Amino acid sequence: MSSLSASSAPDAPAAPAASAPSLTARVRRSFGTHWYAWAMVLPVVVVLAVLVGYPLGRGIYLSFTDANEANVARTIGVNHIDATYRFVGLDNYWKVLSGQEGHFWDRLGWTVVWTASCVFLHYTLGLGLALLLNRKVRFRGLYRVLLILPWAVPAFVATFSWRLMFNEKYGVLNAFLSGLGLDPVDWLGDSTLQKVSAVAVNTWLGVPFMMVAILGGLQAIPAELHEAAEMDGASPWQRFRHVTLPGLRSVSGTVILLGTIWTFNMFQVIYLLVGQGASSDSEILVTYSYRLAFQGVRDYAGSATYGILILSLLLVFAVFYRRMLDRQETTR
Amino acid sequence: MSSSTPALKARPRGQRPAGVSVALHAALIAASLVSLFPVLFVVYVSLRGRDGWQEPTRASGFSLSNYTHILGETAFLTWFGNSVVVALGATVLGVLVAATAGYAVSRMRFPGHRPLMWTFLVVQMFPMAVLIVPLYTILGQLELLDSYAGLILTYCSVSVPFCAWMLKGYFDTIPAEIDEAGRVDGLTPFGTFWRLILPLARPGLAVTGFYSFITAWGEVAFASQFMSSEDHYTLAVGLQTFVGQQKAEWGLMTAAAVLITVPAGLVFFLAQRHLVAGLTAGGTKG
Repeated sequence: MSSLSASSAPDAPAAPAASAPSLTARVRRSFGTHWYAWAMVLPVVVVLAVLVGYPLGRGIYLSFTDANEANVARTIGVNHIDATYRFVGLDNYWKVLSGQEGHFWDRLGWTVVWTASCVFLHYTLGLGLALLLNRKVRFRGLYRVLLILPWAVPAFVATFSWRLMFNEKYGVLNAFLSGLGLDPVDWLGDSTLQKVSAVAVNTWLGVPFMMVAILGGLQAIPAELHEAAEMDGASPWQRFRHVTLPGLRSVSGTVILLGTIWTFNMFQVIYLLVGQGASSDSEILVTYSYRLAFQGVRDYAGSATYGILILSLLLVFAVFYRRMLDRQETTR
Repeated sequence: MSSSTPALKARPRGQRPAGVSVALHAALIAASLVSLFPVLFVVYVSLRGRDGWQEPTRASGFSLSNYTHILGETAFLTWFGNSVVVALGATVLGVLVAATAGYAVSRMRFPGHRPLMWTFLVVQMFPMAVLIVPLYTILGQLELLDSYAGLILTYCSVSVPFCAWMLKGYFDTIPAEIDEAGRVDGLTPFGTFWRLILPLARPGLAVTGFYSFITAWGEVAFASQFMSSEDHYTLAVGLQTFVGQQKAEWGLMTAAAVLITVPAGLVFFLAQRHLVAGLTAGGTKG
């Protein structure tokens, strides 16, 4: 610049002139940017408002009514029957939460156990396998492909396949057991075993995602950190505890949150494995709410109440979880 | 490094005793077997003819009769077509609508930015139980029940926030200098997005699209209620008819399972490497 002072001298007066309108230009540009931003998010806002916002509003409204199959508006042949359901206020919530309706707390308890055990197994098994795969090991690519395989199978296909394997009379698992000289087990009959089976299927389905995510996180930890810790004489366990786990924190935070939400709402596995027929102990909140709405006398209000309660629970969890992560981040 | 402390380090870095190697491989082989076995078992049963599933441990009677039966005498191909139409529709619509919003959220700070990101996240938490009854009545009023359009719209409620969330993560990885260069050359923000960023984000778009495709492909709850006539069934609904309360055509079920999984699985393995990166990138930088 200084070497070109002769040629830049004529431009010098232009510089302050350019900076004076740049203030207004900046204002105008930021307005323009906002205008653009709003225009660009408009399609999504419309879609979300129509497909999520409005149904959610209606769902909340339904949960304050006593709507069921017999009193909603419907058309039979050429006759149109108007809706006759009434507004009942918080009655549904009171019935559900006070236990009068009789299923909520049982279902909630099992849903929490189901979510906790599935996410725990997903995470620990995923972490373990990722640690193994992160080492220099022969056939690593092959192991990786084989271990990801369950993720590639659609959940409903996998669930049916497991149901076939769990079959009491002809299932391959019982064939193994009898080969070992043990008695056959009614995997999907007994309610405790049903739960164990469901957790097993969901674990099989969910571990690969965790494994791949954690493996990505592990590879993002700089090797120098491990070398430095090793030079300082840290044992493998200390390195795992003080280098690997902190390095995985942000990935773990995200995948555990996602995993919890997905598992809490996991419909296919429970519905297709156990919950299709009559009421069953192994149903989680989501499948129970679904059955309320679409089986027997369709209880739309009850189902909506359950839906809103599930959503509230997840929201509360997500808020607390994020706050906990933030606090960990700041205290560090 | 190792020469300065020879007494402490008997072996060079990166090597391990043979026993540890054996244990490592044993653990990996065991895990691989668990993940592989159900898949192989289904393929094996599907090749055993219609009643072969009743004798899972005998290796005889191999035939392709299950495959010829479901392709020739059931509505499998119709269901397959329905699933393709619905899943593709939801994917294309979802990605198209979500892409501009993802870009806006990634690059621009505007009033409503945070609530929108928050909405994308929260909507992913929605259990389908919240929406299914209202959507059912709304689609009923619009006479969109039992139609492709109805199901595609329904799946958009899932795929749009998800795509926007993931695409935001992808756009974040594209350097902002490219946008600035586009502005300097006189492009509008939308022009920058359309001409410069979208082509660069093509892998991201592909993966996002793939993810919403797979989600729609495997969706059970909405499809089971909304598609009531048999020639509108998707695969997830149709497969339930093979093993209902009255009959148990496990042979046919397994053959269908293989045919459903093979194409989805092939595309999946091409896309999965980018999938997790996109998911966690969107999450950590939110």
